[in-house]
Amino acid sequence: MSRIGDTFQRLKSNGQKALIVYLTAGDPSLAVTERLLLAVGRAGADIIEIGVPFSDPTADGPTIQRAQVRSLKSGTTLAGILDMIGEVGPRLSTPLVLFGYFNPIMKYGPAGFADRARRAGIDGLLIVDLPFEEAGEIRRHTDPAGIDFINLVSPVSGGRRLGRIVADASGFLYYISVTGVTGARNSLPADLEERISAVRDITDLPVAVGFGIADPETARRVGAVADGVVVGSALVSLIEQHGGDEGRMLEEVESFISSLKGSLTT
Amino acid sequence: MTRYPDARGHFGQYGGRYVAETLMPALIELEQSYRREKRERRLFSEIGPYLAKYAGRPTPLWPARRLTEHAGGARIWLKREDLCHTGAHKINNTLGQAILARRMGKSRLIAETGAGQHGVATATAAALFGLSCEVFMGTTDIQRQSLNVFRMKLLGAGVRPVDSGSATLKDAMNEAMRDWVSTVRDTFYIIGTVAGPHPYPMIVRDFQAVIGREAKRQIKQAIGRLPDCLVACVGGGSNAMGLFYPFVGDDVAMIGVEAAGDGIASSRHAASICGGSVGVLHGAKTYVLQDEHGQITETHSISAGLDYPGVGPEHSLFADSGRVSYRAVDDNAAVEAFHTLTRLEGIIPALESAHAVAAAVCIAPDIGKGGNIIVNLSGRGDKDINTIASLMEETLR
Repeated sequence: MSRIGDTFQRLKSNGQKALIVYLTAGDPSLAVTERLLLAVGRAGADIIEIGVPFSDPTADGPTIQRAQVRSLKSGTTLAGILDMIGEVGPRLSTPLVLFGYFNPIMKYGPAGFADRARRAGIDGLLIVDLPFEEAGEIRRHTDPAGIDFINLVSPVSGGRRLGRIVADASGFLYYISVTGVTGARNSLPADLEERISAVRDITDLPVAVGFGIADPETARRVGAVADGVVVGSALVSLIEQHGGDEGRMLEEVESFISSLKGSLTT
Repeated sequence: MTRYPDARGHFGQYGGRYVAETLMPALIELEQSYRREKRERRLFSEIGPYLAKYAGRPTPLWPARRLTEHAGGARIWLKREDLCHTGAHKINNTLGQAILARRMGKSRLIAETGAGQHGVATATAAALFGLSCEVFMGTTDIQRQSLNVFRMKLLGAGVRPVDSGSATLKDAMNEAMRDWVSTVRDTFYIIGTVAGPHPYPMIVRDFQAVIGREAKRQIKQAIGRLPDCLVACVGGGSNAMGLFYPFVGDDVAMIGVEAAGDGIASSRHAASICGGSVGVLHGAKTYVLQDEHGQITETHSISAGLDYPGVGPEHSLFADSGRVSYRAVDDNAAVEAFHTLTRLEGIIPALESAHAVAAAVCIAPDIGKGGNIIVNLSGRGDKDINTIASLMEETLR
């Protein structure tokens, strides 16, 4: 079983839910990202999604769009991100998921990417704009490399389509809580629990819920019905807010992650 | 002849659906509705009268005698899409998609626009059918196409300024896709060109193919045979695909003209096929302008409608197979052709279409006397008057 699978299993046997956090690599620079990864791992994140910036992030709301602009301005590339992960990886016990859009990976070359990602210690891959229909050209290379391919499930993926997505997935399923782009929200759909149990009915894979979860209380409520909770924009906002003061940024991030983790542990 | 796209929306290796899972069910619903309506012939029989009595089709095929003399070679014919209602070919597609939207029970239309022609054409269809409408437009384009912005507002559409990225057409399309993800239950996204995820490249092509079907009939009537060559400008490529598609199986040369901006070598251009490489943008695999790390690069063209770093996937297939040859015309040559056509034929072309005119004038001597070229005059130039005036250092009041 993969490190991702192990993690969910370990948490489950302890009665805990996975805290999955997203941050954009290279925001504000790859050097800071390296220290952020260590801080986030220390503070209790169970899985980290490392965002690869793209010039045209059509699935992201304003917060993560701005992070990607900052990252690209600082000269971040996919190759640079993989190098950084390769270096920090051995000091980090948290499984890592690379999260991004297809074009930078396609330009890098799927075969070379899979090889380098494996050597860097990437555990999973989530490509937002690659539904299962188009995923063959990358999975041909990443599956044999032992990299989990995380599939998205949305509130509008129903019936046969849902079955097909689930059949294809590995690692965990990423359930998008709302029909919309990434970003913190004040409320989540009323039928969230019902929809997640519909997914659970047809798979044994862990189900993590993302999009819109910004605070410990919401994380706790979602954690009650899911195996894991993804927090992205809220963390990226903190990084943005304290971009000029790294010490403060790391402190704020650690205390935010700890509070989220606390809400999922009890 | 192989029919494209295939069942999964691919044109050879191009096209497909590279979108977030949240949009997949909507795209599948759209494809199924479109195929059903097309099969049962209701859709196109409903569109016919609107094209004839509202949009003003068929548009004339004009033998441009003085332009032909000026070019000194093959006879140049202009397919007068500039005479369509709203001033460009875009209305062919928006009427079609708006009727489809209505049949699918959607109450709100959204669109992206560069030059504003597609935005105006969408706002027009929305007014005609009583649907609400919001158009996404880059702030750079809002400035250089203020006339069209005002027209959209008059027509009752909301214009949503987009200032991310280069604040042009590609960013408007990003924002329209973001809106659609959140509103997909009641909203129909009218894409204005043969780009985007499947089924859009197919749907827009089918709605625009009326241009080529008419031109074929008209040229046969006029000269008793097919033309030697077709010429059209290519941004996303809808007017070119509309003219070319009905001739694909015929022995007719085709030239797609991209925007070379300050020149292909300058990197300030918008020629995705002539100066780009294969990538994925806005839901399709196709030629795009990108750096070595797969980031989409900013484009430049004097023509807002061609200022786009991608191209329809079927054009990418035609480029690889050699069925269509693609070349690029720079800003200066396009502006010169703009003036030439205006003075010689009394027709003020859109700057987009002026790129095609420039290329046609260039190749007419090669084809030679006795030959015939059809140029798609895809739009009229009123919207570009401010751009031209500022080049001439004249101020309009």
